[in-house]
Amino acid sequence: MMSFVKGLKCKECGEEYPKEPLHVCETCFGPLEAAYNYDEIKKALTREAIQKRERNIWRYKELLPIDADPAVGRSVGFTPLIKADNLARVLGVKEIYVKNDGVCYPTLSFKDRVVSVALSKAKEFGFATAACASTGNLANAVAALSIEGGLESFIFIPHNLEQAKIIGTTIYGANLIGVKGAYDDVNRLCSEVAGKYGWGFVNINLRPYYSEGSKSLAFEMMEQLGWRAPKHVVVPMASGSLLTKVWKAIKEFEMLGIVPENGTSIYGAQATGCSPITTALKNKWEIFKPVKPDTIAKSLAIGTPADGFYAMNVMKESGGWGEDASDPEIIAGIKLLAETEGIFTETAGGVTMAVTKKLIEQGAIPKNETIVICITGNGLKTQEAIADSVAQPHIIEAHLEDFEELYSKIKNQEEKGGTQDAISSHTNPA
Amino acid sequence: MPSVRIPTPLRKLTAEKDEVSVSAANVGELIETLESQFPGIKNRLCDESGNLRRFINLYVNNEDIRFLNGKETSLKEEDVVSIIPAIAGGLA
Repeated sequence: MMSFVKGLKCKECGEEYPKEPLHVCETCFGPLEAAYNYDEIKKALTREAIQKRERNIWRYKELLPIDADPAVGRSVGFTPLIKADNLARVLGVKEIYVKNDGVCYPTLSFKDRVVSVALSKAKEFGFATAACASTGNLANAVAALSIEGGLESFIFIPHNLEQAKIIGTTIYGANLIGVKGAYDDVNRLCSEVAGKYGWGFVNINLRPYYSEGSKSLAFEMMEQLGWRAPKHVVVPMASGSLLTKVWKAIKEFEMLGIVPENGTSIYGAQATGCSPITTALKNKWEIFKPVKPDTIAKSLAIGTPADGFYAMNVMKESGGWGEDASDPEIIAGIKLLAETEGIFTETAGGVTMAVTKKLIEQGAIPKNETIVICITGNGLKTQEAIADSVAQPHIIEAHLEDFEELYSKIKNQEEKGGTQDAISSHTNPA
Repeated sequence: MPSVRIPTPLRKLTAEKDEVSVSAANVGELIETLESQFPGIKNRLCDESGNLRRFINLYVNNEDIRFLNGKETSLKEEDVVSIIPAIAGGLA
């Protein structure tokens, strides 16, 4: 396979580096990013070429930073883009789509994309061990995809993570280390481990490759919209990386002539209990006040966002904006998406949904243009967060008359607007 | 004198010392004094116009100087200054 990646380049000072497991510029400490040969890509990558390929992230392989054929995550990607008409009615907008990475293969989050690219690159570099610092979803993806890659895995998480994310990691035989502290403490420890053990840390020394995998979500989104970029995209932010890569993917497709330019605006969503990026944006700060996260959206709980500066620039430059959502708003967001579209997302998706609603109500997102919201994880992984906010089953004896009594009660409530209140309450702006 | 914690990537410039003591009344002065003792270090911390590089964090007793008085942040005898590359992480 021909290589379309020239090397790595510092996003700050522009210094160039060879394709190696490096992520920080030696001179200015800025982040390194993959640099492509777009002239060659333009000759190779067309709509026709893409459409002939299998439906996974590798149908856009020229714009992903690997040189050999993919070794890991060969079936990952191409998640559904749902035209959400019920949701559109409730929000009072013309056209809204849900890009549902909550059903990404194999571990039900968009992290399957980035890890597939990172571990394919790790195999090229000859690493035998994969590792990561994670808030949970990344842990699941690294643990599962390491199996396909024949890699040993060491995974570091904050010690208080949701049970589903723990079981969804150790089931694959991964070495899971719970670190006493928040994600930022875990990450700091991992930087030290990465320097010492010579492992492929997907979000540290493999970060320039790993983060590019996020672009596949936006490539798919544009293809599924019928080869066009939406007018508005709402993206959840932890480190801010995904948001910058959605923007980069749109710019790349536009530059290569694969989609026409559409002036897409990008909006970032954070949880109020961990909102360093939206706080800086709203206050017009150039810098971030690190925060100690306190939110049910643990997968977004990064208090010192590595790509926050670039994410903020994208929101400003694209004419978008950012907002944050409180814990009750997050739960309402999860319910709204479930009750209107039958999609059960995790707390991060609740953040995205709640922020989308808020931005539409504020008038920041107009009601008559195409909107896409990026749902990045699955609700089955964060059930603890909403367990107290959902209905419990009706318990009855195994007698038909007991059921009939219950049934008429339920129907009665419905007539009074009981069971329907979930949906109708969303139609009346509170 | 205030002490300065040096991260691994800069220890080549400090003869592998991970902590040095520097006499300075504020952070700006501290950077100049560091440069006179360890030539080349200022270029790693500051850009051409002398501003602290975006991905370098300087902490005085665990508070980012960007939320204090920046380079004007004054230093006391017992203060500890940490130089932390934002994405290289930690002091390692």
